[in-house]
Amino acid sequence: MTIGEVRTLLDARVLCGEEMLEQTVLSACGSDMMSDVLAFVKEQSVLLTGLVNPQVIRTAEMMDMRCVVFVRGKMPDEAMLALARSHDMAVLTTPLRMYTACGRLYEAGLKGEDLS
Amino acid sequence: MTGAPAPEGRRSEALKERYIVDGDDFQAAGSASSAMKKLLRSLGVPPEAIRRAAICMYEGEINMVIHANGGEAEVAFDGETITMTLADSGPGIPDPELALREGWSTATDAIRDLGFGAGMGLPNMKRNSDEMTIDSTAGQGTTITMTVRV
Ligand SMILES: Nc1ncnc2c1ncn2[C@@H]1O[C@H](COP(=O)(O)OP(=O)(O)OP(=O)(O)O)[C@@H](O)[C@H]1O
Ligand SMILES: [Mg+2]
Repeated sequence: MTIGEVRTLLDARVLCGEEMLEQTVLSACGSDMMSDVLAFVKEQSVLLTGLVNPQVIRTAEMMDMRCVVFVRGKMPDEAMLALARSHDMAVLTTPLRMYTACGRLYEAGLKGEDLS
Repeated sequence: MTGAPAPEGRRSEALKERYIVDGDDFQAAGSASSAMKKLLRSLGVPPEAIRRAAICMYEGEINMVIHANGGEAEVAFDGETITMTLADSGPGIPDPELALREGWSTATDAIRDLGFGAGMGLPNMKRNSDEMTIDSTAGQGTTITMTVRV
């Protein structure tokens, strides 16, 4: 799935990383706890979260994630977007709630973590 | 990993870098991990090893900020092993074995509101490193050393 398709499925707005919409993402992780996200190891992932602080972007950076989606219409500030830009990350915001946002992506074929 | 170019064409042996971790600035937490990531990338370290090291360092850095009022981080790379040393003068970890258990945390609700405090950090550091030692004295501070082999 491309980041552009993520945007369409979630009725999301692109806050930065317009030029990355063609890029492919292979999995996703939804959480408000960065602790949980850091225990999730998948490449080319999307992070969905309702938490808004710079550590969301830092966490995505450490995990080499490509795209962060803020749910429930949450808006990051300019400093967070600048941080995301400097790490070539796309940032989206969707009015959907977490459950619905994750459900739409999952239904469209974007999988989560395998329990192994 | 051999022959990867170091910055300014130097060889990569015994490279060492130090970072100050500000305990009063939650917003800036992670900047040492970010700088380390950039450094390792410039040395040509494989992405998988970089990610493991970055997760270890970041969890440790966040712990120093939220539990120990900051400290110092040191990264060394000898071409084969990344060694991270995180030292603080915080309250210490009275029972490291207990602290290493998944879900064990002394974090407050205020910390949880910031997205941390699930008691997952130390176990995650252990999982992502090849070796990890916790050296801590209650009331005096904690030094955590982790290695990641490239
Ligand atoms: N540098 C430190 N100084 C003092 N205490 C620490 C330090 N690092 C960890 N601890 C203690 O060990 C506990 C477990 O740490 P761990 O990183 O596993 O979980 P956490 O930080 O509470 O939550 P999470 O990492 O999931 O956000 C902490 O709650 C804290 O009591
Ligand atoms: Mg922690």
